Amino acid sequence: MTADTEGKRTPLYAIHCQLGARLIQFGGWEMPVSYRGIIEEHQAVRTHAGLFDVSHMGEIEISGPGAEAALQYLTLNDVRPLQAYQLQYSALCNEAGGLLDDLTVCRLAADRFLLIVNAANIAKDFHWITQHLGPGARADNRSDAQALLALQGPEAEIILQRLSAAPLGPLPYYHALATQVDGHAALVSRTGYTGEDGFEVLVEAAHAVELWQAIMEAGQAHGLLPVGLGARDTLRLEARYLLYGQDMDETTNPFEVGLGWITKLDKGEFIGRDALTRLKATGVQRRMIGFIMQNRGIPRAHYPVMQDGQSIGEVTSGTMSPTLGQAIGTALVRSTSGKIGSTIAVEIRHKAVPARVVSSPFVPRRVKR
Amino acid sequence: MEFPANLRYTKEHEWARQEGNRVVVGITDYAQKELGDIVFVELPEVGITLAATDTFGVVESVKAVSDLYAPVSGTIVEANIILEDQPELVNASPYGQGWMIVIEAAFIEELQQLLTAAEYQAYVAQEKSSR
Repeated sequence: MTADTEGKRTPLYAIHCQLGARLIQFGGWEMPVSYRGIIEEHQAVRTHAGLFDVSHMGEIEISGPGAEAALQYLTLNDVRPLQAYQLQYSALCNEAGGLLDDLTVCRLAADRFLLIVNAANIAKDFHWITQHLGPGARADNRSDAQALLALQGPEAEIILQRLSAAPLGPLPYYHALATQVDGHAALVSRTGYTGEDGFEVLVEAAHAVELWQAIMEAGQAHGLLPVGLGARDTLRLEARYLLYGQDMDETTNPFEVGLGWITKLDKGEFIGRDALTRLKATGVQRRMIGFIMQNRGIPRAHYPVMQDGQSIGEVTSGTMSPTLGQAIGTALVRSTSGKIGSTIAVEIRHKAVPARVVSSPFVPRRVKR
Repeated sequence: MEFPANLRYTKEHEWARQEGNRVVVGITDYAQKELGDIVFVELPEVGITLAATDTFGVVESVKAVSDLYAPVSGTIVEANIILEDQPELVNASPYGQGWMIVIEAAFIEELQQLLTAAEYQAYVAQEKSSR
């Protein structure tokens, strides 16, 4: 491995190596794609629990009397209703309404917010944010100083409760609390990317290794496995969560990818509002559909999609679903095609393989509402 | 990792076993480990003819699609269609139940151009160290 092919490493790199992880380059980071195997890890999350190192993701803190106004201007969603330690799913758009990143926003105080952003976009997002901060607001990039672990699955709560000073039972979905986990100061949010109940635990980077080991030990009797990015992708696709850089990018607007629900056009001025208001008025040209393959074949990104003999778009994400035992995928297609219940065809190695368009999600979400 | 001595190997990580004028083909233990969980195998129709290095099918892991290359020229006389329903057999038994096709060889001497087990083992070691 030469220095210029080496990606950045999280504080847990040595542990991943000790566990025999298969490592890949992802968004400039050297991350575990799997340990024992993608399917086994995926199933562990759906039946028991899985522990993910997601420390490669970014943490950007926005603070000051102008912080709320800054976030109102920068993001699509409305931050005003957020209570202390409440989160929301949101996104950054450019002036043309193109998506720059999806993210979560957590209000820590009246004048302090924490953004969790995608690993591949940390520098881009931080630069964009600092360029567009209004008066009375500052942005701090805390990504390298912090580590983030995700514990997901039906047994996540019982496992984490063994280490958490605060009771987790009453913590609602998309809310957080500040407590000690295994004696380390932590921000614990009831959020995730798998469709299962679970938590994301933010600690100082120096405590990451101890925290990982404590959680693994607490979860041993509960079937807890370490889980890599491979299963993270199959889990999120089954739950129909979007992956920035694959399902969406700066050439897609939120309406096209099913993010109209976080786009609050009436909240006041924000970057992209004019363009998005116009787009909504004239009608959105494309939309995201989900489908299940009817014949043998696995859809993959960029495979062409047809309906009634016409090209209607292309696959954005696809895989063999471990839970369903069927191949599933999402595609960006012209708005007038791909109605739920209809049949489309995915071109796989020059053959048109039929698929049925289905509603979201592929696998029922069991987040604790 | 296994490198059975009675087989020949390609740099694309297929193995070939001679049975008279026929050659049984599959992918190696190293290949199945690198791929991870195999979820899909696409095999050719029986009866088609191929030249050495032509692609004869596809093996897919959860994350990736990999072409399969014929080690020798000839006609496909058998295809292990059980793999369509049980692709995981390739992971569990790459040299046994995970066999993929049988080729009636056009030029059985082509086998001699393939790597021996020792040569393939050295090749794999080199690939791993240069990653």
